[in-house]
Parts: sequence; C-alpha cells; structure tokens
Amino acid sequence: MKWKLEDGAWSPYVAGALVGVLAIASVVATTALTDRTKFLGASTTFVRAAGFAEQTVAPDHVADNAYFTKEKVKVDWQFLFVIGIFLGAALSSLTDGSFKLEKVPPTWKARFGGSVGKRALGAIAGGAVAMFGARLADGCPSGHGLSGIMQLSVSGLVALAMFFGAGVFVAHFVYKGASHE
Amino acid sequence: MSELLLGLLTGVLFGFLLQKGRVLRFDKQVGAMRLMDMTIIKFMMSAILVGMVGLYTLRAIGYIELSHKPMNLGGVIIGGLLFGVGWSIMGYCPGTSVGAIAEGRWHAGFAILGMLLGAAIYAECYPFMLKTVLAWKDFGKVGLPEAIGVSPWIVIALFWAGTIALFRWFERMKI
Repeated sequence: MKWKLEDGAWSPYVAGALVGVLAIASVVATTALTDRTKFLGASTTFVRAAGFAEQTVAPDHVADNAYFTKEKVKVDWQFLFVIGIFLGAALSSLTDGSFKLEKVPPTWKARFGGSVGKRALGAIAGGAVAMFGARLADGCPSGHGLSGIMQLSVSGLVALAMFFGAGVFVAHFVYKGASHE
Repeated sequence: MSELLLGLLTGVLFGFLLQKGRVLRFDKQVGAMRLMDMTIIKFMMSAILVGMVGLYTLRAIGYIELSHKPMNLGGVIIGGLLFGVGWSIMGYCPGTSVGAIAEGRWHAGFAILGMLLGAAIYAECYPFMLKTVLAWKDFGKVGLPEAIGVSPWIVIALFWAGTIALFRWFERMKI
C-alpha cells in the first residue's frame, strides 16, 4: 500500500486513520477542558447559521421558533470546528498545489454540461433536501457516520445505511453514462 | 474561550486531513455512490476502525460515557433516506462542503446555500415532524453491543474483520 499518491494526496487509509486518532484526542481534550465530552459533527452548525441569518430580518420569529430554541442559535465548539475545516482545507490545498478554481464539478459537467446555473439549481435543491433529512435524522455523515459508528450506536449504523443506500439508488439514475474523473 | 479555540484547532486538523485524503471532491462523493471510486468509504471506515477502539477503551477505564443519538425509527429512516437523495445530487455532505470551497471548488457555495435553506425549512416544519414522523417509535439511545447482548469487544473484532475484508475487495476490484 502506498502512503502517498502521485498528486501529493495521502492514502485514504492513512488520512482516515489519522482522523480516527483526532476523534479520540478530541474526545479526551473536550472531556478534560470543557463542560462535557464532545463528538465530531457538523450539521447542527447549519441550523445555527440559518438562525443567525434569519435573525437579521426577523429576530422575533427566530426567538419564537421551537427548533431554534432547542438547538440554540449561538457560536459554540462545533461552529468553530466547521470554520476550522475551511481553514485546514485551505492550508492543505494551497501548500500542496491541489487548490483549483472550478466552476462545475467534472462528473456533473460530463452529465449535465458546463452551465453554472444548472449546477447551482441542483446543488441548492439537493442541499435543501439533504439538510432537511439530516436534521430529521438528527445527524449527518460526521455525527451519525463517524461519531455514531465509532460508538457502535444503532442509530449511526442505520443512518449510514440509509444515507448510502438512497445515494447509490439515486446516483445510478442521475449520473447514468457520465464518465468518472 | 478555550472551548472555541479547541473547536477551531480540531476543525483545522480535520479539514487538513479531509483535503489530504481528497475526500472533499464532488467527484469522489458521487464516485462512491456510483460504486466506482471508494476513496471516501476507505477514509471513513479507517477513521471508524481506529476511533472505535479508542472510544471503547476510554469508556472501559471510566474516562468518558458514550453518547448515542436516539434511534428514532421515523427520523433516522425517513431523514436518512432524504439525506441520501439530496447528497447524491449535491455531491457534498455538510462537513465536506465547507472544505470544498476552501480548495477552490467555489460551486460548493451553492450546496451550502441549499443546506442553510433546508435547515431553515426544517425549523419551520419541526412541530409538525414532532407530531408525525418523530412520534412513530423511539428506541432511545442504544448501542449495538447492548442491543444484542454481546461484549463490545466481540462486536469491534467482527467489525474490524468485516471492514478489512471489504478493503481487500476494494483493492482487488481497483475501486
């Protein structure tokens, strides 16, 4: 097995195993240094960010909303974690030459052409459906997939099977015939 | 304050590793769903194999308690299926979308916009969901070892064996 691939990428097995080490270190550190143990997750931050955005136009509506009240519209550990993902990915891609401005993803282009408008429509509609589902399921591939399955949670195992099962089914029809890059 | 700094530092390391593993790409995510390129599955399962042993060890020495998300039947199944449908078209998950913009794939911004919209819509529908889908059946916060009455270490050993076999198959199929 190669540790490093041709284009400067790390083997997904190696990079993934290091994420496992990071998940353990993060659990140890948050248990020692904060009020409670925190597990990696990302999708709740989108609820809080949506809450912040809505607050600028309708603060009373956000205050009255049961879901925003439950999840609390605040900047917390996970919010900074998600901002950190941006910084870490920028650091990595800018230092190994893999940073690349891209208008439309290659597989999408092979199937639907280079129109940014069409891609925007797909991404916005897909994103809205996916996030609605993630909130209903109470987690995304980070919270349910990584953190849930690491703990052998029944909900994490079932959720990942649903995520992937539905993804494989729909992708089969949506990207039929497109080349893979 | 240390809590926020800790979150930021953990996120930077996570984003760095996601980028090095090249799992932030639309084409890698959709490639896995088309069963053509299993990079993201290799990455995710490797993280899980390592993390699982660490977390169960931390629990065994009494340092932490596990925190299972509730196994709400309607929520996890309907929500999980909806997530999968949206994921296949968007080509990102919540965590990777943020990293994808950072490596120059600025179209991931549309995905983020869509997800913020989805979160806002869900917030409006939450009371209705509580009365319907989320009210069907809740099995509570349960772990697989407790659910089947087996030592977690046996489950972990079987999980490792199955995943290693899966990895070998991926490599043989060159996917």
